[in-house]
Amino acid sequence: MQSTHEATMREQFGATVTELLERDPRTALVLADIGTAQFAGAARAHPDRVVNVGIREQLLIGAAGGLALTGLRPIAHTFASFLVERPFEQVKLDLVHQGVGAVLVSAAGSYDWPAGGRTHMAPGDVALLDTLPGWHVHVPGHPAEADLLLRHAVAADDTLQYVRLSEHRNAEAQPVAPGRFLTVRQGTRTAGTVLAVGPMLDAVLEATGTLDVTVLYAATVRPFDAAGLRAALGERADVVLVEPYLAGTSERAAHRALAELPHRVLSLGVPQAEHRHYGSVPEHLAAYGLDAAGLHARIAEYLW
Amino acid sequence: MTSDTTEARGATRTGGRVGYGDLPGLIALMAGDEKHSPAAHSTLDALWVLYDRVLDVGPGTADAPERDRFLLSKGHGPMAYYAVLAAKGFFPVELLRSFGAYDSPLGHHPDRLLVPGAEIGSGSLGHGLPLAVGTTLGLRAQGLDGPAVWVLVGDAEFDEGSNHEAVAFAGAVGLERLHTVVIDNSSATHGWRGGIAARFAAEGWSTATVDGRDHEQLYRAFTAPHPGRPHAVVARTEPKYG
Repeated sequence: MQSTHEATMREQFGATVTELLERDPRTALVLADIGTAQFAGAARAHPDRVVNVGIREQLLIGAAGGLALTGLRPIAHTFASFLVERPFEQVKLDLVHQGVGAVLVSAAGSYDWPAGGRTHMAPGDVALLDTLPGWHVHVPGHPAEADLLLRHAVAADDTLQYVRLSEHRNAEAQPVAPGRFLTVRQGTRTAGTVLAVGPMLDAVLEATGTLDVTVLYAATVRPFDAAGLRAALGERADVVLVEPYLAGTSERAAHRALAELPHRVLSLGVPQAEHRHYGSVPEHLAAYGLDAAGLHARIAEYLW
Repeated sequence: MTSDTTEARGATRTGGRVGYGDLPGLIALMAGDEKHSPAAHSTLDALWVLYDRVLDVGPGTADAPERDRFLLSKGHGPMAYYAVLAAKGFFPVELLRSFGAYDSPLGHHPDRLLVPGAEIGSGSLGHGLPLAVGTTLGLRAQGLDGPAVWVLVGDAEFDEGSNHEAVAFAGAVGLERLHTVVIDNSSATHGWRGGIAARFAAEGWSTATVDGRDHEQLYRAFTAPHPGRPHAVVARTEPKYG
């Protein structure tokens, strides 16, 4: 955590989308009472393209679908629980089935508000989207990456894009390219490979500082950069996935990427079981084994 | 009703105008039942009056930005809808025979990517009104103030809570170009005490409740002015199993 205030991903989202609304008359923003304060100016400037439907998440997605049917590029935003889980059938039918595109931008996906408890946690959001065709999924690890990925997502014609913002972040931004895994640390030819997704990178780097591993970084997980993963392998196809949402979400994609090779995959992430504790983000990461110490223990055991 | 299947086919062959009286014959092409009564299709009269006299859309303008939009939310039982679209020339009448077949564009629920003239895919209930709200907002945001947006729902479909999210929001913000026709054939399991129109009126909509088989009543209700407010027409028909 930084001592001086830098923009959070959500604050960056406000600045980026306000600018996009100003520049591109095709963009429209739909809100459901969450995040309205930072778009007050944009709503005054573009009352027809900044719409707050109230606490109505089925309508949030349905209205986004309708906006897209008229040719606009809708951006819909709320907490992941209410953006993906609650109106999941609207995501399936009002967007995918209608054949229209949209940008869904979530906050508070997994453990951002531990004191809020289970009702405000949606670690299964990416796994749910995996049941539907066509979704691009971005998991930025830094506000600057969020800025880049949001611009990419909005500009990507009429595609389906999901951008998962979090309070959990890395200290430094990586030079990400949408859809490509980035090699952050190169191991020897006999090293295993750890794929860190979004905000998990700093803990992975700390956890593996004394281990001979290649560390890949993914700020975009769908489509899954199978070629990038294969290219990073040395002589061993032993892969550890570290994801800030439901453990195992990308396991199938990793197995598919490595289908022609003898390989092993260990999937680390948020456990499926409900964790009925409150407290802070660091406490939850430690409890899930996703802090540096927990990751070190599991990665070292698996790759040795 | 004077027409039969043969007459409907004949109208298509000659390129002549297909009228309301031809619809039972067109439906029979799908239902495989020569005696199929229009009474079995609660939506038929409202659909016909809309496409024949109200909506500014046709095969030549099916993709025009300025067209009126009709969204069939109640995607169950789309034979009347397909018959009207065929009668209005959106696709050939002969296509109706393929209803439900593997390669047919005409499923038992409509798919907008397959059916010429269909604005949305529907079948799961309660999706049309929210989509229509977004469509109305999107047209307004692009300065397209002319097109009307119509959505057809059923009284049982109205059970779905998503409708009520849309009705409350549309009323609150005064979406004038949004119109809903509710086909009320008393099929909602628990009914609507005080009537369905009251739900719309309470949220600030303009409303009318009419005989869903009376074309003049439907037309007057469909074309009634409603400045500054969305408009709901409740078209009552005989009970579904009555």
